[in-house]
Amino acid sequence: MQVVRGKVLALVGNHAVAYAVKQAKPQVLAVYPITPQTTMLEKLSEYVDKGELKAEMIKVESEHSAMASIYGAAVSGSRVFTATSSQGLLYMTEMIYWVGGQRAPIVAAIATRAIASPWSIWDDHQDFVSKRDAIWIQMMAENVQDAYDMTLQAFKISEDKRVVLPVMMGFDGFILTHTMERVETLPDNVVDSFIPPRQFNLIDFDNPLGVGPIATPDKYIEFRYKAMQAMERSKNVIKEVAKEYEDISGRNQYGLTECYMCDDAEFLLIAMGAWVGDIRVAVNRMRNEGKKVGLLKIRVFRPFPKEEVNDILKGRKGALVFDRAYSFGSGGVLGIETRANAYGLDTPIYNVIAGLGGKDVRPMEIQKITEDMIEGKLENERWLL
Amino acid sequence: MKFLRGNAACPGCPIPKELDALLEVTGKKTVLVVPASCTTVIMGDTTGMPSTVPVVHSAFAASPAIASGISASLRSKGEKDYSVVVWAGDGGTGDIGFASLSGAAERNEDIIYVCYDNEAYMNTGIQRSGLTPYGAWTTTTPSGKREFKKPLPMIVAEHNVPYVATASVAYIFDYQNKVKKAKEIKGFRYIHLLSPCPPGWRYDSSLTIEIAKLAVETGIWPLYEIENGEFRLTSISKVLIDKDKRKPVESYIKYQGRFAKLSAEDIKKLQDYVDEMWEQIKGLIKK
Ligand SMILES: Cc1ncc(C[n+]2csc(CCOP(=O)(O)OP(=O)(O)O)c2C)c(N)n1
Ligand code: SF4
Repeated sequence: MQVVRGKVLALVGNHAVAYAVKQAKPQVLAVYPITPQTTMLEKLSEYVDKGELKAEMIKVESEHSAMASIYGAAVSGSRVFTATSSQGLLYMTEMIYWVGGQRAPIVAAIATRAIASPWSIWDDHQDFVSKRDAIWIQMMAENVQDAYDMTLQAFKISEDKRVVLPVMMGFDGFILTHTMERVETLPDNVVDSFIPPRQFNLIDFDNPLGVGPIATPDKYIEFRYKAMQAMERSKNVIKEVAKEYEDISGRNQYGLTECYMCDDAEFLLIAMGAWVGDIRVAVNRMRNEGKKVGLLKIRVFRPFPKEEVNDILKGRKGALVFDRAYSFGSGGVLGIETRANAYGLDTPIYNVIAGLGGKDVRPMEIQKITEDMIEGKLENERWLL
Repeated sequence: MKFLRGNAACPGCPIPKELDALLEVTGKKTVLVVPASCTTVIMGDTTGMPSTVPVVHSAFAASPAIASGISASLRSKGEKDYSVVVWAGDGGTGDIGFASLSGAAERNEDIIYVCYDNEAYMNTGIQRSGLTPYGAWTTTTPSGKREFKKPLPMIVAEHNVPYVATASVAYIFDYQNKVKKAKEIKGFRYIHLLSPCPPGWRYDSSLTIEIAKLAVETGIWPLYEIENGEFRLTSISKVLIDKDKRKPVESYIKYQGRFAKLSAEDIKKLQDYVDEMWEQIKGLIKK
C-alpha cells in the first residue's frame, strides 16, 4: 500500500485525540469534564454541534454514567468513545470492570493525572495503572503524534473479531494534553478504510440475548478464561495493526514495545509515557560519553509484553525501571511487572519512583541515577524527592 | 405466561406478572435494562433466558445511563418503534441510582423507566431503602423505620418529564393503560409500580393481590398520572378524594408482619401521612 500523507497540523494532545475520534466516526459519545481532559470534551462537543461529527453525544451527569451509557451503546452495535482522568477514572471504575467483563468494544482516552488526596491536577500514572485488572487493553503514548495514531489503532484493535476488548489510550496529563506539537494526520478516506464501520451487535429483537446475567461458578471462570485468551491473542493483533498502520502512515514505531539503542546495551532504562522522551535524551548524552545504555519503552501495559521484556532483559548487567505510580506496601507498579518477568534471569532490576503528582524529572537526574546503577551504588528502590 | 417461561421468583412474587403485563404492551421490540435486584435473579443465569426480549443487565447504579446509551444507539441506526425499558427496584431507583435517574430525566432521554417498588432491598435480604415506609420493620430497622418514604414519582415529575404515573399490580388494566400511554410518548417516561413482596413484607404468599389492592383502597398508594404537567387521578383512586371512601390504613397494615410492632401512635402517624398526601393531591387537581 502506498503511504498517503494527510494534513500536517499543530495540535495540543487533547485536540489531536479529538481529531482522531472525529475521523473514526463513533456513533455515540459520552464525556464528563475533568482537568486535564476537558478541552478534548469541548472540542468533541464543537465537532458534534457543527455537524462535522454525526454522533449522538450524551451529556451525562457523571463519569459512572459516561461509561455506562457508552456501554449500552456499544452492546447495541455502535462505535463509542469516552475520555476521563484521575478521580473521574476512579468514579468510573465499577463500569470499567463491567465493560471489561462483557468485553464490550469501547475506546477511552485517559489523560493521566495523580489521584487525591491531597488534590493534584498534575500528571502521574497512578490512575491509569490502577485499572490493570479490569480486562482492558492499555497503551501509553509518548508524544502527541502517538496519541493521535494510537487512538485510531485503538478502535481497530478493540473491534477486531479475535480480540473484542475495550482499549484505554493513556497520555500524560498537561505534558501531552496541553502541549502543542506537530502532528501528521491521515486523510479521512484512509481512516475510513483503516477502520470501516463496526459490525457487532448484541441487541437483536429476533434472537434476544441476555447480556451480563448471573454466571454460576463454572461459567464465570470460563468467561474469565476466554477473556484471558482474548488478551493473549490481542498481542499479535496489536502488532498486525501496527504493521498495517506503518504501511499507510509511514510511521513504524508501534508494537508492544520499542527498543532504542538496545543492541549492545549493557544497562537498560525501562519506562512508559511521555518521560520516555527525556530518557531518550539522557540515553543519547550517556552514549556520547561512551556508556552502553539503552531504552526499553513499554507501549502496551496490558497485555503486558512479557515475552519481549524477558527477551530484552536477558544477559544485561542491569535494568532501571522508572515508575510514575506506586503500589503501597509493595513497589513501583512497572517495577513489579518487570521483576516478575525477570524471574530466573541474572539481570538485577532497580526501581526508581519519580514524577508523582507532576514533580519534574530532568534528563540530568535520569543520567545521575543511571550512573549510580552503573557504578553499583544504587539501592533496589529509590524515590526521587 | 406469555413472555416469561419459567423463572426464579419467590412464590407469590408479583414481578413476573408485572413484567408480563408490560411486555404484552411494549411488544417484541423492547430492550429491558435490569440493574442488580431481585429481577436479576428472576431472569436466571447464563444457561437460560426467561425473557423473550433482549435483556441488558446493569451494575446497580447504572441502568438509566445504560438505557440512554442503548436508546441513542438504536436511534442513530435508524431503528423504529422500539422501547428501551429500565426495570429497577426501589433501591436501584431512589438511592444508589438516583443521580443517574435524575440525569436521564433532566436530559429527557427517550426511555421508559419502571420502578417496581417493594419498599426495601429484597435481593440482599430485606434492608431499608429510602422508599421503605414509616414504621416498617426491615433487617436494618429492627424496631421500625423512623423516616417517611421518599416521594419519588413527584420528584421525577419535578424534572418536567412528559409522563409520570403510579400503578399497582392489583389494577392491571390501569397499569397496562399507563404503559400503553407511555409507549406512545417520546422522551423520559416514568412509571412507579407498588410491588408487594411476601417474604419482605411478611404476609402469606396468597395475599399479594389483596394487599396491592388495599394499598390503593386505603389511599396509601394513590393511582395517578401526570401528563405534560397535568395531574389526574385514575381508576378507583378518583373516588378516594373523598376521605370517607378511603379505608383506614390499619386495614392495609394488619396483614403485614413488617408493621406488627406499630404502636397506636405510629399508626396515627401513618394515617396522618396519608391524609396530608391527599390534601396535597387536592391542590394538584385544582391546578
Ligand atoms: C454497588 C453495589 N452495591 C451493592 C450491591 C448489592 N445489592 C445487590 S441488589 C441490592 C438490593 C436491590 O434492592 P432494590 O433495588 O430495591 O431491588 P429488589 O432487590 O428489592 O428487587 C443490593 C444492595 C450491588 N450489587 N452493587
Ligand atoms: S424477595 Fe420479594 S420481590 Fe424478591 S423475588 Fe421474592 S417476593 Fe419477589
